[in-house]
Amino acid sequence: MERNVKVKIDHVEKIYDGRQGKMIALNGVDLDIYENEFICVVGPSGCGKSTLLNIIAGLLEPTSGAVYVNGKKVEGTGTERGVVFQQYALFPWMTVLKNVMFGLKLKGMSDAEAREIAMKYIRMVQLEDFVDAYPKELSGGMKQRVAIARAYAVQPEVLLMDEPFGALDAQTRTQLQSELIQTWQEEKKTCFFITHDVEEAIILATKVIVMSARPGRIKTIIDINLPYPRTQDLKMQKEFLDLKAQIWGEVYQEYLEVRK
Amino acid sequence: MLNKKKNFIDRIPNWGWLMISLATAIVLWYFLSIGERTGRCFPFIDKIYVAIKTVIEREILWADIQSSMISVIMGFFFGFISSVPVAFLMAWYRPVRYIVEPWIQFIRNIPPLAYVPLVVIGAGVGRVPQVIVIWLATFLTMTITIYQGVRNVDETLIKAARVLGAKDRDLFVKVIFPATTPFILTAVRLGASVALTTLIAAESTGAFAGLGMRIRSFNNSYEVEPMLLYIILIGIIGISIEKIIKLLEKKLTGWQETRDV
Repeated sequence: MERNVKVKIDHVEKIYDGRQGKMIALNGVDLDIYENEFICVVGPSGCGKSTLLNIIAGLLEPTSGAVYVNGKKVEGTGTERGVVFQQYALFPWMTVLKNVMFGLKLKGMSDAEAREIAMKYIRMVQLEDFVDAYPKELSGGMKQRVAIARAYAVQPEVLLMDEPFGALDAQTRTQLQSELIQTWQEEKKTCFFITHDVEEAIILATKVIVMSARPGRIKTIIDINLPYPRTQDLKMQKEFLDLKAQIWGEVYQEYLEVRK
Repeated sequence: MLNKKKNFIDRIPNWGWLMISLATAIVLWYFLSIGERTGRCFPFIDKIYVAIKTVIEREILWADIQSSMISVIMGFFFGFISSVPVAFLMAWYRPVRYIVEPWIQFIRNIPPLAYVPLVVIGAGVGRVPQVIVIWLATFLTMTITIYQGVRNVDETLIKAARVLGAKDRDLFVKVIFPATTPFILTAVRLGASVALTTLIAAESTGAFAGLGMRIRSFNNSYEVEPMLLYIILIGIIGISIEKIIKLLEKKLTGWQETRDV
């Protein structure tokens, strides 16, 4: 099966010039992400996973190397790449509806048009009863649902998620995982998802990438061939547990490296 | 026991507490007014009431309020419209910040009364120096407050807007400006308060009317009752302005997670 390379990460290097001298955050990262792949990146803190995501998003410039989306070099942000942040980043002065409409309005849509599309995605994340609520009235899980709806609404081809469920409690987290799997199956996107929860990575991903720390680079790539639709029950099955043991082992080695 | 106590506090409504607070103040005031020494500077309500009639008869009360309000409003207005651009420039361009901020902090710590004579030497007497003094004081306070607000805008909100397709202009109009609104309103509140507290200094510039000017003139003629009346009046005006602005804040920034600065 011939598949399109959606995102090409071509020898990306990022060096920060800090007070304590140069810090190599990313040391020559190469990766091809195919269309509709769900990539989960795991690795210890400080392995440069967020830096990599920000470079793909166009929010950071690599020191050398480049990222290509659909063969076009990334220079700055673009609406074909959507981002979901860990801190939700909802506009607190806007209602749920206005938040989801934000990107659509920037595309030059009329109010009616934007509202219709926004409502579709608000329904998708099951928040139709909260369209007129302000973010402060929502729980963390609901806020992140709004952020996901907002990212989906502008219909990016690539969805970048930076530990989106990291700040949520365990129960909400598993619930949102299930919802995200379902959403992704309904409306396929190329996803690049950062987490440090190995279980989360396996249940979501078609491919898990383990990064090593200092300097950050890709250590291992593991294909996850578990069947869809995936449910939380999967977490009890042998294939899942084997994968978990394998990936956890890889990551744990890196934790030990960092602690040295 | 503790629970019961809480109930007693909660059972009395807010306005009830306000009444109790007022009554307490009046009782305290009464005791001050009968003291030999304190009585000289705290004449009781009945004498203040007489003073109200006196100042109305002399046709100075409304003229004084009007004059003071014109100075406060003009000074505040100029202070506001000049502080907003300066605050944004300071937040965005580091050279501006490095050059301007130390001086704002420096001048802010000098009591306005100290530089009033300088203003008079430069601008003469009358309305102009009053407005200049209030302008300066409100400008300094509001610039610092708004500047901090602009710098406090959550970086991830700007990132989020960018990835959703916002250009620089959209960022300013749709993100930075609304995110700064709470700070601008706080600045307005602090600025209004500073405008009023600077009034006395401003009107020592040889004003012809005004609440602050009149207090000095009552002082010269040993008229304690109207003096106290005017002091209370300034307080009432101050708290009224603050209440109005707070109402405005509630209306415009009700979306905020935490309030009260």
